[in-house]
Amino acid sequence: MGELEHSLRGRVAVVGVGETTYYKRGQSPDPEFVLVLQAIVAACADAGIEPSSIDGFCSYSNDRNTPARLSAALGGEVIRYSNMQWGGGGGGAAAAVQNACLAVLSGSADCVVAYRGLAQGQFGRFGQGAKSSTISGSAALTVPYGVMSPAQTYAMRTTRLFHDHAISPDTLKAVSLAAYHHAQNNPRAVMYGRPLTAEAYDASRWITEPFHLYDLCLENDGAAAVIVMSAERARDLSDRPVYVLAAQQGGPRRSGVAGHNQPDYVTSSLKPVIPRLFAQAGVTPAEVDVVQSYENFTGAVVMSLIESGFCTYESANEVLTFDNLIAPRGKLPLNTSGGNLAECYMHGLGLVIEAIRQVRGESTNQVPGAKVSFVNAGPMVEVVSAAIFGRAEVLG
Amino acid sequence: MGEYVLPQGLPAPVPARDGLDRPYWDGTRRHELWVQHCGQCGTWQWGPEWNCHGCRSLAIGWESVPPEGVLYSWQRPWHPVHSALADAVPYTVVLVELPDCGGVRMVGNLVGDPLQRFAIGDRVQAVFEDHNDSPTPFTLVQWRVLS
Repeated sequence: MGELEHSLRGRVAVVGVGETTYYKRGQSPDPEFVLVLQAIVAACADAGIEPSSIDGFCSYSNDRNTPARLSAALGGEVIRYSNMQWGGGGGGAAAAVQNACLAVLSGSADCVVAYRGLAQGQFGRFGQGAKSSTISGSAALTVPYGVMSPAQTYAMRTTRLFHDHAISPDTLKAVSLAAYHHAQNNPRAVMYGRPLTAEAYDASRWITEPFHLYDLCLENDGAAAVIVMSAERARDLSDRPVYVLAAQQGGPRRSGVAGHNQPDYVTSSLKPVIPRLFAQAGVTPAEVDVVQSYENFTGAVVMSLIESGFCTYESANEVLTFDNLIAPRGKLPLNTSGGNLAECYMHGLGLVIEAIRQVRGESTNQVPGAKVSFVNAGPMVEVVSAAIFGRAEVLG
Repeated sequence: MGEYVLPQGLPAPVPARDGLDRPYWDGTRRHELWVQHCGQCGTWQWGPEWNCHGCRSLAIGWESVPPEGVLYSWQRPWHPVHSALADAVPYTVVLVELPDCGGVRMVGNLVGDPLQRFAIGDRVQAVFEDHNDSPTPFTLVQWRVLS
């Protein structure tokens, strides 16, 4: 079993997490670089380590805040590892943690941070149409037809999901309502104090059918950071480290081809990630206590949950209901911080942190006794990722 | 310009400088639909790539195919993502599968009433939409549901 021989399970642990205040898009009072520094320093404080001890840096989605600049600002003596995960969007959120873990596991570095910062006021907004007068290449196959935003790029997968598998649009609504429900208990959430009713969801405008406004992620300013170290060092820092049981990335065959020609069209792209992820973690989907599933769009959450083994195409309409998706007592507590829909869209790193927080027992929507927690990142993009965290007792 | 599905002002497609997609765009000007078809292994391929993803041959060729297919999926944008679309929503985007060409798919707009009734599986025919008044004249491939 080569895939287990070098697994992360029991060998790497999260020692600290940090987040800035999460702001509405364009409203951060601080520049993006300062936000990232704040998140990393907060993660160091959480871990009980000096910021200068970070010797590895992993990010994704072409983050603008480079390791050299960050290390200097943190007072670092040396950079032993730096890594950028390919791909836009949030597909790399769990992969950045994986890359950080691999750096630690290999002995390349001792104390590695996975981070992401976003300040759209400073650097421009996502989802805006092309501004040029001409367009070439793969974009020329879609943009002239008015298909240019991420929602438009992925909506037709959801249309086809409904068609192929008789999935009800009510599942999308349940995902959205559960996120907003959880955000009402989470003071960090941008939508804290702004509950969403089923009636308001139904009455909300279409962005592009089949997506209502509330099926789409937020856009936010802020930063988040996760620090990993070897399990041995982590146990010196805390008597309750959170173990990274597994983290994986991947994409299906020809996932990057142009013009919506992926051979497997109706997919979160997680299918090749999941078997090895669970094998390495040494747990099954049934043993997962709480799930964070990246919401770029709610349709992708439904695909992700099915392809991750938390329900099936046949059971999705019965399992994915509001009552089942809410903490503390739902059968499948989902996106318990409010997620990308209602807490903050930090390209999924907020979901990773919530997964860690649940295992620590510190969520604002805590699932009682949660020992194993799952998170995925960036469904439907070319390369996606996922991770499973667990308490020491899971290691047996 | 009433004959266009979407208003003028969206970015005009121009063949890539590397030449990869030129047979396609040149074909649209002649109201022909060209896709890649591997002479080695017979794989149909779209969008254009430098080699055949079936057999890795660099000698992948092109073929003119019947401009008709089956509606595979769709969406109806209501939020204008470009200033040119401000008064043009809703419109219907379709993903059309060409079953006789290995199931390759093409993105386009549905011609006619944006709220017209249609269903996945409907047969559709290409409508070549010439933009001869553009500084860089081009032709889009739109689709009409066959009744």
